[in-house]
Amino acid sequence: MTSRALNRVRVSNVSNVATQIKRFELVSADGRNLPPFSPGAHVIVTMRNGEHVWRNPYSIVCSAQDQNGYVISVQRSPESRGGSVFMHTVVEKGTELEISDPVNLFPVAHTACKHILIAGGIGITPMLAMLDQFKKNNTNFELHYAVRAPDVGAYYADLATEPDVRVCVYRSDNGQRIPLADILSNQPLGTHLYVCGPERLIEWAIDVAKHEGWPDENVHWERFSTPPPGDPFTVELASTGQRIEVGEHQSALEAIEQAGIDAPYLCRGGACGQCVTKVISVDGGVLLHNDHYLTDDEKKNNSHIAICVSRTDGCCVKIDL
Amino acid sequence: MLVSGIKSRPKYSGLTPDIYAKRNLIVANGDGAAAVVDMFKKADEAFAKKSVVLLVGSVPAEAAEQLKPATIWRFPTNETAVNRLGVTLSTARMGTRVYAAGDEPLLGLVIKTAVASGVDHLSVVTEHRGGTHRRVQCVHCKGITENVSTNPVTCAHCGLALLVRDHYSRRIGAFMGVRIDAEAPGDIPRSLGEFK
Repeated sequence: MTSRALNRVRVSNVSNVATQIKRFELVSADGRNLPPFSPGAHVIVTMRNGEHVWRNPYSIVCSAQDQNGYVISVQRSPESRGGSVFMHTVVEKGTELEISDPVNLFPVAHTACKHILIAGGIGITPMLAMLDQFKKNNTNFELHYAVRAPDVGAYYADLATEPDVRVCVYRSDNGQRIPLADILSNQPLGTHLYVCGPERLIEWAIDVAKHEGWPDENVHWERFSTPPPGDPFTVELASTGQRIEVGEHQSALEAIEQAGIDAPYLCRGGACGQCVTKVISVDGGVLLHNDHYLTDDEKKNNSHIAICVSRTDGCCVKIDL
Repeated sequence: MLVSGIKSRPKYSGLTPDIYAKRNLIVANGDGAAAVVDMFKKADEAFAKKSVVLLVGSVPAEAAEQLKPATIWRFPTNETAVNRLGVTLSTARMGTRVYAAGDEPLLGLVIKTAVASGVDHLSVVTEHRGGTHRRVQCVHCKGITENVSTNPVTCAHCGLALLVRDHYSRRIGAFMGVRIDAEAPGDIPRSLGEFK
């Protein structure tokens, strides 16, 4: 399932869509068509700056019918480890980048009779391609988009002036809130809910849906974590005995790749589970799980670790790789 | 000959109340009524008040009494009950939860009906209580044979001797029956054991 094919793309246009959020239009650099994608898909963008290599997932925001290339939107993250700052300060029109094939961990449930999209801030990005498809296919949907203020909300102007009454925007600087309980309390059987945005928004939406009697199967969300910094630690690979030092601002996966070893991954954000590796032993300390994939029991047992986002408190961990 | 570990073999995890559901539609036959009574004991009275129990066949009056204050609708057969379930679901809203308790043919029909109304099959709460008889579809003539308790079984439509596999179709709500003597006509074992 790991999609390792790399596509060389060139930035054909860069524009601002909000304060600290840029839109990058990417076209194939070698004339080959980029693979088709489905709404909700993302690509991993590889950014190289001297010795530094970052690989971050970004949702594709353009129409899935658009054959010309992909469009991504990047928010300059205040806690950035360098990737989003690189995209904002170094990447310009004409820059060439490497991107993965598209991967969709947030697909539309095509059996649904209606779709409710809930987005907060930069979480609007995967919803834009969905919105395009729903409108073209005349699918029953509602989009509710909350921003802190107009100038920081990606694509706010486009969506606030959208003539389609099924698109609603909310400004928290005006005290507006998505009336989610009201929205969810009266929907036809077979409606699906999709949530993307800050952690708190996702937790809230999952909780409201549960209290409105929605089954888990109808509630979908996407959240990518960035690998949090922490104490340096050591990873030991069981197959070769090689010991790899993971730096303060590095993830285990990045350190392993830097050592020239090809480890499996897909989303690099703790969502897909592709990089989950068996833990052989933990030398003295504790594992700090930061993924959204392993169950609470699995995290407690420390039987597995998602090497893209999780780390240790400084101790050495021996993994089955 | 019987292949075990077939993934499509359904698993039923037992009835547990979804206390947040606004309305519960519960279909039960035979011993399944007792499973519903057990589930009601795990929740408060408000849960029973939000519930409609679609009871199939002759359920003892005492069992029905214990289902109060739920609304009770009675039906003579599985088919009439799931037909009513389908009609009810066609106008239902999100927050409606479907449950089924009883023998496997009923569970399969309830899941099939719920899925046709847009409910995910995993959202249907099920408990298997009662016999191990199966609905079987003949893969050759496509006819359904009801209440199969022997293996092999003679297809009620085309008369072939069928090996009943654990291979299950959720869309049809039946196990698959495959001609057992295709290679050596007439070589039909007497019994391959009981269903589990």
